[in-house]
Amino acid sequence: MTADAPRGVDAPPDLVQLLTPEGERVDHPDYDIELTAEEVRSLYRDLVLVRRVDLEAVALQRQGELGLWASLLGQEAAQIGSGRALTTADMAFPTYREHGVAWCRDVDPVKLLGMFRGVNHGGWDPAEHNFHLYTIVIGSQTLHAVGYAMGVQRDGADAATIVYFGDGASAQGDVNEAFIWASVFNAPVVFFCQNNQWAISQPMERQTKIPLYQRASGFGFPGVRVDGNDVFACLAVTRQALRNAREGQGPTLIEAYTYRMGAHTTSDDPTRYRLADELEAWKLKDPIERVKAYLFKNQFADQEFFDKVDAEADALGKDVRARCLAMPDPKPGAMFQHVYTEPHALLDEEREQYLTYLAGFEAGGER
Amino acid sequence: MTTLTLGKALNAGMRRAMESDPKVLVMGEDVGKLGGVFRVTDGLQKDFGEDRVIDTPLAESGIIGTAIGLALRGYRPICEIQFDGFVFPAADQIITQLAKMPLRSLGALKLPVVVRIPCGGGIGAVEHHSESPEAYFTHTSGLRVVACSNPVDAYTMIQDAVRCDDPIIFFEPKRRYWDKADIDLDAPGLPLDRARVVRPGRDVTLVAYGPMVKTCLEAAAAAEEDGRDLEVIDLRSLNPLDMAVLEESVQRTGRCVVVHEAPIFTGLGAEVAARVSERCFYHLESPVLRVGGFSTPYPPSRLEEYYLPDLDRVLDAVDRTFAY
Ligand SMILES: Cc1ncc(C[n+]2csc(CCOP(=O)(O)OP(=O)(O)O)c2C)c(N)n1
Ligand SMILES: [Mg+2]
Repeated sequence: MTADAPRGVDAPPDLVQLLTPEGERVDHPDYDIELTAEEVRSLYRDLVLVRRVDLEAVALQRQGELGLWASLLGQEAAQIGSGRALTTADMAFPTYREHGVAWCRDVDPVKLLGMFRGVNHGGWDPAEHNFHLYTIVIGSQTLHAVGYAMGVQRDGADAATIVYFGDGASAQGDVNEAFIWASVFNAPVVFFCQNNQWAISQPMERQTKIPLYQRASGFGFPGVRVDGNDVFACLAVTRQALRNAREGQGPTLIEAYTYRMGAHTTSDDPTRYRLADELEAWKLKDPIERVKAYLFKNQFADQEFFDKVDAEADALGKDVRARCLAMPDPKPGAMFQHVYTEPHALLDEEREQYLTYLAGFEAGGER
Repeated sequence: MTTLTLGKALNAGMRRAMESDPKVLVMGEDVGKLGGVFRVTDGLQKDFGEDRVIDTPLAESGIIGTAIGLALRGYRPICEIQFDGFVFPAADQIITQLAKMPLRSLGALKLPVVVRIPCGGGIGAVEHHSESPEAYFTHTSGLRVVACSNPVDAYTMIQDAVRCDDPIIFFEPKRRYWDKADIDLDAPGLPLDRARVVRPGRDVTLVAYGPMVKTCLEAAAAAEEDGRDLEVIDLRSLNPLDMAVLEESVQRTGRCVVVHEAPIFTGLGAEVAARVSERCFYHLESPVLRVGGFSTPYPPSRLEEYYLPDLDRVLDAVDRTFAY
């Protein structure tokens, strides 16, 4: 493939797929899934709602209400499929783009906006949701997840850990160390790599010469490549990998083959480095359209259902917007909070001095 | 004279370095087609090819480790670290190898590697994108550490850094990338290890570098209205420190305030304050004061205007030097 050819457009080898882009159910010898009409409708609803939240966040950024946003557009199925495979006891470690997984873990979408609005560095209690904070430093969280899984293992708990990372992250030392740790300690962890073809401007070929899922074999555990735009397959494959982990069979690497349909973040300009054709080709594999087609074809849902979901999405978007705008700016004193758990004399002194200094302006006027 | 932004001046400086020495390479994440997230390497890959402007895999330890290897083979790599907060995966290679290998070889090896790091806050970014990690590196012997503050210096300093046979950590004030100045592209710059008096004054010496130089100049302009004459020194080199310029200035003014974005606690300002106190003790009218970040991680962006030293906080410190 030349550097300029649209990448990832033809279905790659070894892809686990259960629902084609046209909405046809297909069989796979190793993975299958029985889903009721009700369950498929519920998956569809999640896909639509997280896309709507994401679009609202992009709009909020454009209007200056957020400093930045990392869009999940195109990756909804990978995130909802894998997120819905988790049990409440399972623990998830995200990057900064896992808004769909957050949704599955019942994290209020508005809480995701906090760090992008610049009011905090992460606004939810990870233990409450079994969903860790977003990690921006590429790859770091993979080691945390393995350590967490080693704790789960020592506790004898019936739980697994899943960690998300990107194709770019696969090059980081931390990620490769995490593979080794997980392997030699047989940690109950699932490595969920969303290969969205790009790490900002760098195509995945800059990170790997072999298909990413094949990396696992060199580390001594199984790897599988799943159609990341197929929510059924992502659910089935992740469910199986989590079950294996819980049952003591150790780690699995899942490569969800997908596409970042938007810019890397709202600060990025993808026209500088990739072709529009590529996006057009991937649009035909949209993760939501195929579920809709499947529901229609099988008469599992009617127009009324789709309208209802759309209306719900609009209401959610409005609600997220309203509550984002209402999010108060933190007070300057907040900077000094939570730096340490135990009292810290120097910090206390600095806070007092600074607040006194600021109070001087309130008395005197300026600032 | 050509008018360039600080970012474009760095670009022009690297371009010239690459033209004059075929061994000069540029490497980092997204430095090629994209031209870097701040476009500082814009167009270099197009003009010098993929062998000389290398989009690397996403691994900072890899970037610096392989740059060391390239340097051992006679190349002069300019590495870009995308943001200050992402240099830490490379810390091991920088501190245990880059800084120490020349000594280990008893001088047989040279490692002319430049590590460019956009630094500092003020752009409304998320966590890890606004940090000032210079003290970690000034504390590491074997590294030279410099910080440019304006387009004219940026242009010559990057070329001098590439020519220097020592490894250099090169800080770029990211919120000043878009500041403009007229540059004479053929004028030589001040040597890399020299500080510069950017505004002469009689009453107090303000010492700054990188993004805070501009803030101090603004403070000096405001103080002038109140009848105070502040001298502003741009350190340029953070290791080594140009003590001659500092001494000469403080011996005249008798007062000194050091300003940086990084936390004050064990920051570079502590080193400057200690040295100035030792050498100018009998000339000082007040202790050397420091204005800088608090002992907290860089805050969420909605609080950064409170965290970052500004004109008011600089002038408040100036006032305090007169209260002794
Ligand atoms: C250690 C580190 N280096 C650099 C960056 C800057 N950065 C942010 S996202 C990104 C690309 C990540 O690509 P990938 O892992 O494929 O995830 P994606 O963004 O595509 O979801 C880079 C280089 C960072 N956040 N952390
Ligand atoms: Mg990616």
